[in-house]
Amino acid sequence: MSATIQHADSTPLTMSGAEVVLRALKDQGVEVIFGYPGGAVLPIYDAIFQQNAIRHILVRHEQAAVHAAEGYARSTGKVGCVLVTSGPGATNAVTGLLDALMDSIPLVCLTGQVPTHLIGNDAFQEADTTGITRPATKHNYLVKRSDDLARVVHEAFHVARSGRPGPVVIDLPKDILINKAPYAEAPPASQPHRSYRPQAEPDMGQVRKAVALLKASKKPVVYAGGGVINAGPEASRLLTEFVHMTGFPCTNTLMGLGAFPSQDKQFIGMLGMHGTYEANLVMHGCDVMLNMGARFDDRVTGKLSHFSPGSKKIHADIDPSSINKNVKVDVPIVGDAARILAAMIQAWKEDTTPQDREALASWWRQIEEWRAKDCLRYVQQGKIIKPQHAVKRLYEITRESGRETYITTEVGQHQMWAAQYFGFEKPNRWMTSGGLGTMGYGLPAAMGVQIAHPDALVIDIAGEASILMNIQEMATLAQYRLPVKVFILNNEYMGMVRQWQELLHGGRYSESYSAALPDFVKLAESFHGVGLRATNADQLDDVIREMLATDRPVIADIAVAKDENCFPMIPSGAAHNEMILGPGQEGGVAGVTDEGKVLV
Amino acid sequence: MSDKTGTALRAATIAVLVENEAGVLARVIGLFSGRGYNIDSLTVAPVDAEGRLSRITVVTSGTEMVIEQIKAQLDRLVPVHKVSDLTLEGPHLVRELALIKVVGTGDHRVEALRLADAFRARVVDATTESFVFEMTGNADKIDAFCALMRPIGLKEISRTGAVAIARGTSALMG
Repeated sequence: MSATIQHADSTPLTMSGAEVVLRALKDQGVEVIFGYPGGAVLPIYDAIFQQNAIRHILVRHEQAAVHAAEGYARSTGKVGCVLVTSGPGATNAVTGLLDALMDSIPLVCLTGQVPTHLIGNDAFQEADTTGITRPATKHNYLVKRSDDLARVVHEAFHVARSGRPGPVVIDLPKDILINKAPYAEAPPASQPHRSYRPQAEPDMGQVRKAVALLKASKKPVVYAGGGVINAGPEASRLLTEFVHMTGFPCTNTLMGLGAFPSQDKQFIGMLGMHGTYEANLVMHGCDVMLNMGARFDDRVTGKLSHFSPGSKKIHADIDPSSINKNVKVDVPIVGDAARILAAMIQAWKEDTTPQDREALASWWRQIEEWRAKDCLRYVQQGKIIKPQHAVKRLYEITRESGRETYITTEVGQHQMWAAQYFGFEKPNRWMTSGGLGTMGYGLPAAMGVQIAHPDALVIDIAGEASILMNIQEMATLAQYRLPVKVFILNNEYMGMVRQWQELLHGGRYSESYSAALPDFVKLAESFHGVGLRATNADQLDDVIREMLATDRPVIADIAVAKDENCFPMIPSGAAHNEMILGPGQEGGVAGVTDEGKVLV
Repeated sequence: MSDKTGTALRAATIAVLVENEAGVLARVIGLFSGRGYNIDSLTVAPVDAEGRLSRITVVTSGTEMVIEQIKAQLDRLVPVHKVSDLTLEGPHLVRELALIKVVGTGDHRVEALRLADAFRARVVDATTESFVFEMTGNADKIDAFCALMRPIGLKEISRTGAVAIARGTSALMG
């Protein structure tokens, strides 16, 4: 018989705090939770054991739980959910939380905490979790009263998914989980939060001003980022409609890949440090720029004082603090990207001013000239596999297969080659750590994607250094029979570090060689997966085909050219029109100043 | 005042109305330290009958762009209700309270009392060898008073930092 205690309003309390948490998660639509147990969260694990509504995926490290939830969230548009214990469980999760904050990924992370009476006593596995995660989350909570529990969980989901999405931590002392607690339904949408009210609806006056600028433009560009993806697939559809009706060129940020189809003839490629020649020169030379859901990140702008010097800038963002943060803009529009795009399409139709079609045609002729430079060209000859070629073939062969494909990456050269050579036609198909640049992101993220899309093809394009940062997750893949493919571009270097050392530090390759690498084929096998290897160009296609045909976790170890650099490149401290092109191509080769060397 | 690129700096007195919940002050302070903004002074206390709302007054300085950033960053914190740049929004009152301990004997005591009178500082504690003066005013007035007290036995200062409110009928909420 379970004990019941009377609550103030004399409703008998029958649920423990842990059961209240699970009920609230269920009511919030959570189907999967990624986690790792420990002392402080045992009551939640006990409640998980006694229900079937929510599936728990046991990871092998808490950082991976957060990245897996990110992969789940990015590929579905839902809020990802994480459960970790107190102390080291929480601190291990911090990297993932900051990753999600930088890339605006909605997560709710439940952390265990020592019982309330022990907080502050340096108890076993105690950490000041709300203190540590404050700058790594959109918001966090420490629940000290059972009465607050249900409300806080509902509020956390609301905060995570609304406005600019982000991670939210709920720190749960063990006594709060064990004691009886009242349940409360989520408040209706009509009842706004006391203080948190993000603006989703754009100001129509600003939208009309933006449209007037764009109508009068002669050299326009649409620069779209992760905000379009976060606003849901409808936003990507509206973006495509808007770009088509205007005839403008469109570039995507790293986070925005897939928001506009890569095969579309108005797509000019990714922009930024390793963006295409044409995209960066369009940004530099445009007269009106529409930034839709991007944040003028330093990887995109290059040298700020020389960034797009002659343009009027329109910035649409859901986060008012993104506006005028790095770049002063002329027309700010605060709101949700889908609603702004819908409003802009309507305003474009209503505004009867004719477009300067002739100027636009001449702008396109200029763009085609830049495009003709073919800045992503490489030469694959001989037996040594060029990394670009490996990604290109992976892209072509997966396309031929016609399967629904999701790509995650680790961080480094392989990430940039994946961004350059793998095309995305739809949003939510590309998961990469953009803002924080977290090595070790790709494998657990792929795990989360595969959980959400069991029948899809999920590939982590990796480097041999990054993959080792969360390699333990191969065990999770085995346990849940997740047929994730790990495609390693193995150049035996931390390639991007090596590239910077070559270009900026006199070729002194300090600690960037990947010594003592494991045998990745045997490693895959020891984790109950399949290991494949390609060491020369003739084997590449066969290995890719075999990898795709294998319905189990696969590591494909692709030995690629060791000294290949990632081009084009805007060196740090340089402007868009000072980019370095690959060997054998002309282009402004900018020297790197000391001022530039300071930048990362 | 200007920053190293020559962009003009300005001071701003910002009033922030927040939910009076655990950690809210840490959020605000962490925001300033984490993003490298200046805090010249910061005060906080509950301001409604139920103790659910607190008002933070923060005096800061920066380029116009940085001050706009500070306000936007404050405004997006979940427990923040309202952010108001009093400096920008018009006439407002700024007051600070200071407790100033002066130790000395003889002529110095007489002089200290005379100056206190001129500055409308009140004696709130006295011994045969010391006074504690209480004064309110803007920062300049308190600075001036402290400077005068220094040669005649200034021993210790405790200051609240600025609190501020708009003149007239307008209010932060409603």
